[in-house]
Parts: sequence; structure tokens; C-alpha cells
Amino acid sequence: MSPSTSLRASPSTRLRASPSARLRARRFEFLIEWALFLCALLSIGTTAGILVVLAVETFAFLREVPITDFLFGTEWTPLFATPRFGVLPLVMGTVLVSAIAMVVALPAGLLSAIYLSEYANPRVRRVIKPVLEILAGVPTVVYGYFALLFVTPVLQRVVPGLAGFNALGPGIVMGIMILPLVSSLSEDAMQGVPRGLREGSFALGATRMQTSLRVVLPAAFSGITAAFILAASRAIGETMIVAIAAGQQPRLTWNPLVPIETMTAYIVQVSLGDTPQGTLEYRTIFAVGMLLFLGTFGLNLVSAWLRGRYREEYA
Amino acid sequence: MTAWRRALDVVFRVLALVVLFLALASLAVLIYDVWRDGAGRLSWQFLTSFPSRRPEEAGIWHALTGSVFVILVTAALAAPIGVAAAIYLEEYGTRSVAARLIEINITNLAAVPSIIYGLLGLGLFVRALAMGRSVLAGASTLALLVLPVIILSTREALRAVPSSIREGSYALGATKWQTIWYQVLPVALPGILTGMILALSRAIGETAPLITIGALTFVAFAPDGLWSPFTVLPIQIFNWVSRPQVEFRTNAAAGILVLLVLLLTMNAAAIWLRDRYQKKLA
Repeated sequence: MSPSTSLRASPSTRLRASPSARLRARRFEFLIEWALFLCALLSIGTTAGILVVLAVETFAFLREVPITDFLFGTEWTPLFATPRFGVLPLVMGTVLVSAIAMVVALPAGLLSAIYLSEYANPRVRRVIKPVLEILAGVPTVVYGYFALLFVTPVLQRVVPGLAGFNALGPGIVMGIMILPLVSSLSEDAMQGVPRGLREGSFALGATRMQTSLRVVLPAAFSGITAAFILAASRAIGETMIVAIAAGQQPRLTWNPLVPIETMTAYIVQVSLGDTPQGTLEYRTIFAVGMLLFLGTFGLNLVSAWLRGRYREEYA
Repeated sequence: MTAWRRALDVVFRVLALVVLFLALASLAVLIYDVWRDGAGRLSWQFLTSFPSRRPEEAGIWHALTGSVFVILVTAALAAPIGVAAAIYLEEYGTRSVAARLIEINITNLAAVPSIIYGLLGLGLFVRALAMGRSVLAGASTLALLVLPVIILSTREALRAVPSSIREGSYALGATKWQTIWYQVLPVALPGILTGMILALSRAIGETAPLITIGALTFVAFAPDGLWSPFTVLPIQIFNWVSRPQVEFRTNAAAGILVLLVLLLTMNAAAIWLRDRYQKKLA
């Protein structure tokens, strides 16, 4: 048989499948696409689920506690005989610990990123980046142990009046925990800055430091800001470090040396007890959770928007 | 002037290096601290005993089996759904509005605090679907938690598959699904598995969501089915850290060492897969 006839013969036998078989094949493709789509849709379902679960219990909670009392009250004593439901002490505890974490993580993370992006040679980067990844992958309960039984005792030797449970120790450890996030996202942003900008700066006689701080940093500014905001959101939502090492005393204070309680630690505290469903106490954790969700979700949206903007600049 | 600028540059470089070194050193100090506290407690008896009121008799068998069991169920739930969702977003609906929305949503979900997933699990799985405080409820909660991570990493792996492979398959008359199933997925598999292992290693260290759904802190038996109550290693560690007695804290340190070894094994497997994969594609 000549090659030309065989070429003509094989596709015709293949494609001349019966119409019903082709229809079945097309229906199968259609079904697959829908099944895949439904799996993707589950993520929207997750967000909706979070919102519904939190909203239902929060509304039930707000029917008994006026929203102004909840948002602006300065006393949080839901487990007392005369309960008060002012969430501000929990919010303040959360902000305090997160602020300490950011004070540690921002400068250190940014400097690490500058070193990795602008100074280090590829071989050093290949060694250091996986180690930073490990730092990011350590379970938070381990960091909690570290904060309570190592960092706080060490700090107590230096800082007079530091309580066994406090905001300072867990704040510092939380800073170490989010440092890799700040560093790797900032480094990505700096790597996105075109080489030409650096070369122009070097050509004008600038040193590496001048180039890093005055050319690369401003050019990567929105990306780096996005990294900072995402890190703040992580700090606010972090649970185990503060549940273990910060104490369980909701307190309206900026003093980092005394025990406090964060929103997340409160949810853990209530979850550990056997709280019956439908009680006001059970609903408080959803109301606090709603506040936490809205806060972090807002920060995440801002961060994503900034990242998108920065991508456009150099696209 | 030039000498002054050069000197400043050197100072800055050293400063940045010192900061980076301090960050890495903190990891070393953490591991050393835990090792010093807990290494002496590690023994076969510790691994195979059940919890006890007497710290020197307590062990982690129930928590270790609980962790492994919960993670396996989590993987069974999250892996197929995550890969399917990633395939849809990467290969099918790349331009549709729905796909864009889902994408933004997944990026946001990946940054939602894990304790919020715990509240979702408590309201949805434990109460509404009446699963109780079972392995199934815990694994479902963790599955939702790791899904965004799995979807994001699977998409990366799919994107790394050269389009020539798809085009060659289409040219031979294969349908879209045949192309994905027989050509794209086998090539992307190591990358997908790497992402999966990393996502699960995050889940195995999670404590807060499981405490929130009410996983027990004191269980005197290994889980024996999907409906069994359970505890996991991080919760057992948390339980021991929270006690004032030094002996229990020693137990916590030993538990942490076991957890870290578990994580290290999973990460090593992921890195090994990634290296093999990179060599093959290159």
C-alpha cells in the first residue's frame, strides 16, 4: 500500500465514528467540565459558609447584646455572673501583640529581603531561602512553647516587672514567625523591578546601598506594602502563640509586660470548655470571630489590590 | 566622598547580613531549646503509651495515630477536589468572569486565619451536619483549610507543563479531557504531589481549628473509625504546655520533637520530588 492511501484511510475510519458515539463523547466532555466547575465553585461555597455560620450566630448574639455595647464597651467579662460584652480589651490585646510582631518583622524582614535580592549571590540564596521556608513552616504551637518557656524567661532577666504571661514575648516570637513571609514577598517585589533601573543607578556612580534604598525600594513600594499588610493580617489571626504565652486576661492596656488576651485566644479559651450550643457564651466566639474575619479579610483585599497595581506598573 | 559612601555601603551590607543571620539563628535556638528540654524523654515507651495523669507514664500513641489518621482523611477529601478545581481554573475557564471571581476568592481564602475555619467547622460539620467531634468533622475542616493552598500549587504545576504537549495531543484528535487525563496530568503529577505534601504538612501542625471544633484534649484511646473522637499531636502538646508541672512540659518538648521529625520527613519528600521533577523538565 502506498503511504498516501494509508494516510487518507486512517483518519476517515477514526472520524467516521457513529453519530451516537460522538454525541456520547461530547456529553462526557460536557459532564466533566461541569464536575470540575463544581469543585472550583466549592471555594465560593467555603466563603459563603464562613459568612453564613458567623452571621447567624452573630445576629443571635446581637439580639441580646446591643451592638454599641459590643463594639465600644471597655469590659469583657462574658464568663462572670454579671457579664459584660465590650470587645475593646480583646481588640486592644490583638493590636498590641500584632504591633510588637510588626516592629520585629518589618525591619528585619525588609533588610533580609534587600540582602537576598540585591547583595547575595545565587548560591547563598539557594541555601538561605529553604531555611527561611522551614522557619515559616514550624507549627505555631511550637512557637508558643518557645515564647512561654524560652523567650519570656530570658526577657525576664532583662526587663524588670515582666509577668510570666505577657504581650512582649509572644509578640517577638510572632515577629520571628511572620518574618519569612515579609522577607519572601518583599524579595519577590524587588525582583520584579527591571534590571535597567539598577544599571542606570550604578552607571551614575551609586553604591549598592544607594541603589537598593533609593531606586529599588521606591520602585517596589506597592509590592512591599502589600507584603506588610498581609503580614499584619497573619499576626492578627495568629492563635496558638498568644493562647499559650499571652495569658487569658482581657485588659484594656498598652502595657506589654502584663497578661492580656487576644480575640483568637478568647475563642480557644471558650472552645476548651464544654460550652453548650445556643448559649450566649457559645455565640460570643462567633461574634468575636466575625470581627476577626472582617478585619483580616479587609486587610487581605487591600494587600491583593496593591499587588495587582504593582504588577501593572512593570507589566 | 566616595570612600565615605563605600564605607556606608559595607556597613549596610553587614547590618543586613547580621539581621538575616539572627533570623536563622532563632530557628537554631528554638530547635536547640526543645532538644535540650525534651530529648531525654524520647523513648519507645513515650511513643507507644496513652496519656496519663502521671507525666512519666504518659505517651503520645493516641495523638500520633490521631494526627496520621486525620491527615490521611484530609488528603482523601482535599486532593481530588483541589486538583479538579485547579484543572478547571487552569485549563477550562481561564477567561470567564466566574473563573476570575473564584480565583480572587481563593487567594483571599488562603489568607483567612485558620481559627475562622475552626468556627466554620464547628457551625457546619459538628452542628449543622451533625458529625459531632469526630475524625470526619476534623478532617473536613482541615480539608477546607488546605484546599486553597492545594489549588494554588496545582495550578503552578499545570502551568509548568509545556503547551506543545497539549497541542500535540489535540493534533492527534484527542478531546480536551483526553489531553488533560493522558498527557497533562502525568507530566504535572510530581509538581502536584509536591504541593500536596507541603499543604498537608501545614495541616498536620494546625492546632487552633481543631481545638475550636472541639477535638478532645484528653483521649485515652487511638481513633478507630471516621466517627471516633480524636486528638492530634499539636493539641496534646498544647495541653501539656498549659500545665504548670515541669514534667508535663518536658513531655511537650518531646512531643514537639516527634512533630518536627514528622514535618521534616514530609518536607524532605516534597523537596526530593521537586528536584526530580526539575531535572526531568530541564
